[in-house]
Amino acid sequence: MADGESIGIVGETGSGKSTLGKAVLEILPPRTKVSGHIFFHGKELSHLDRERIRHIRGEEIALIFQDPMTRLNPLMTIENHFIETIREHQRVSRQEALARAETALASMRVPKSRIQNYPHEFSGGMRQRIMIALALVLNPSLLVADEPTTSLDVIVEAQILEILEDLKRRYKMSLLLITHNLGIVAEVCDRVAVFYAGKIVEIGSVDDIFNRPVHPYTRLLLQSIIHLSTKELHSIDGVPPDLVSPPSGCRFHPRCPYAQPMCREKIPPLEQFRPDQLAACHFGKDFL
Amino acid sequence: MEQTPSKSLLEVENLRVYFPVKGPLIERLFQRNKNFVHAVDGVSFALKPGEIFGLVGESGCGKTTTGRAVLRLLDPTSGSIKFEGINITRLKEERLRLLRTRMQIIFQDPHASLNPAMSIGRAIGHPLKIHGLAWREEDVKKEVLVAMREVGLTPEEQLYDMYPSDVSGGQKQRAVIARAMILKPQLIVADEPVAMLDMSIRAKVLGLMLDLKKKYNLTYLFITHDLATAKFLCDRIAIMYLGRIVETGPANEIYTDPKHPYTRALLQAIPIPDPRRRSPKILPKGEVPDAVNPPMGCRFHPRCPAVLPTCGWEGRDFVDYLEERRTDLEKAKVDEINLGPLELWRARGLVVERPCEPERVRAITEYVKSILNEAPTPLAQAVERVKNVENKLVIEFRVPDPLAPKEVERRLVECLLY
Repeated sequence: MADGESIGIVGETGSGKSTLGKAVLEILPPRTKVSGHIFFHGKELSHLDRERIRHIRGEEIALIFQDPMTRLNPLMTIENHFIETIREHQRVSRQEALARAETALASMRVPKSRIQNYPHEFSGGMRQRIMIALALVLNPSLLVADEPTTSLDVIVEAQILEILEDLKRRYKMSLLLITHNLGIVAEVCDRVAVFYAGKIVEIGSVDDIFNRPVHPYTRLLLQSIIHLSTKELHSIDGVPPDLVSPPSGCRFHPRCPYAQPMCREKIPPLEQFRPDQLAACHFGKDFL
Repeated sequence: MEQTPSKSLLEVENLRVYFPVKGPLIERLFQRNKNFVHAVDGVSFALKPGEIFGLVGESGCGKTTTGRAVLRLLDPTSGSIKFEGINITRLKEERLRLLRTRMQIIFQDPHASLNPAMSIGRAIGHPLKIHGLAWREEDVKKEVLVAMREVGLTPEEQLYDMYPSDVSGGQKQRAVIARAMILKPQLIVADEPVAMLDMSIRAKVLGLMLDLKKKYNLTYLFITHDLATAKFLCDRIAIMYLGRIVETGPANEIYTDPKHPYTRALLQAIPIPDPRRRSPKILPKGEVPDAVNPPMGCRFHPRCPAVLPTCGWEGRDFVDYLEERRTDLEKAKVDEINLGPLELWRARGLVVERPCEPERVRAITEYVKSILNEAPTPLAQAVERVKNVENKLVIEFRVPDPLAPKEVERRLVECLLY
């Protein structure tokens, strides 16, 4: 992921997309078995001590969730949320913290007059904007947004997406947007990674993925979206697999209409098919 | 208008459903006027046999309440509901039960609609027993197996004895559909039937609903927040906003040429899964207001991009405008110095006022006039007068123009633009 880039992580329920987001922030539940490497600005995150991770989390990598109430404390005023967050990371006076909070809230169009209110006194969209303001008040370079608009109505969703795009432009912030909604990815992201059963099956620019998908799963998933110009319904046979014992070989093979015996036996590697497009399919070149 | 009433399968006229607000006990004891959530506030539509009618809107617009009231799962506050010509608005439970075999509902959450302790087969056959249509176990089972095959729950013999926890979400929703279908209903109210399902499964369930409709000439009242699905599925659509229908008409026409500004906003807000068609959007500001005290006049007026001075501006809109100014740190500072806290203002209907110290009345009045000049034109023009009464500054708004659904190019639109 480059500086200022936005990547969308799309997949169905249980595909592992949220787990990926949690891994980046090192907030997976205890005793989770993790392997592999995550580098952030060249430093490997798993090599850092807890104190350093805590510092990066919040200040350099921020997270927003689907439900703002998982981040906002119902017993704390909005003002105190900001002051606590800022002073946890930086040694500034209360006045200085308050001034920054006001600027952050104003940029999210939350009236200054409501800074003493409690989270429950705000509407859903306003709460989500407060959470974004809180995530951004320390100027992180990466924002991980896990289904940030899923519980919102379509107009408020569009308002929040506009805010995210604006932030991206203004602050050159990178965005990892985790969602099941392909429309949102098409509108906001530069690149997309398609998840299926815990693996990336395809990754590339939004233009390539939406207009020239290589992996059969990507193609079928795109066809199954019902949008305003849908003339015919398409669906994918079968159901996503149980990840306790995932299918052998390509994990999509039991549902893939193009599957060959080889797909059951061999795990397909992510291979390059176009300059910026990689897919994990043994027969990817047949779909170019 | 659209059809003669006798031909309708379902006719809803001026339906209102209000729920009392459940506040703390103390508040309820001391409140003189009870507060109500105006969930559905004067909704009319009619369904022809064999049509798919979509009730579309955002959460809290009253679409689900309408769907439930239509089946009398909720008691309407006023208005009338006719099913096959019979007025069922106040029909007694015993007589209603006879009709219920002909009108069924599919709920959004298939996990919650099936009893976890009842096998799939028994759940599907349950309505037959409730309505006394089949008693012998083997008769029930025979009918259930047919229904299961019909909705694609196969192998049916095997699935018959399974429990909801053993099957997938898509299969559960098929079981719910089979349970609704087993009574051979005429009308099915489908309340967000695919919203909880993954994208790759949705199409299958919708396809099934279409097949069943064709085969049995079913009529659907399809309730959804998803405009794309509604467009694909429905013959006609009603767009709801805050308890009212703002636009009704043929699905295709509403999508190609939306008339109501709210319909336009909704259509524009949908994310398009095509990165080449990104475009800036004109979005309504803010969020859906509280249905306890819905806005005066057109309920969409405080957010409407095409609003007129006559649409229903009232006292609290001015307070909202003052609050909005406080999102601008510069304006907030000056406003605070000149006007003090927002809590000083009291809005009541068309009027909004605040107390003024006698020596500051003139200064405050001048300041209010100056910020009204900076206000959006429709709001500013809706102000009838700014005056001083007994140490109070009073702003009065003009009475809004009356609003009623109007016929505009083959559809009904409730908007002063027409």
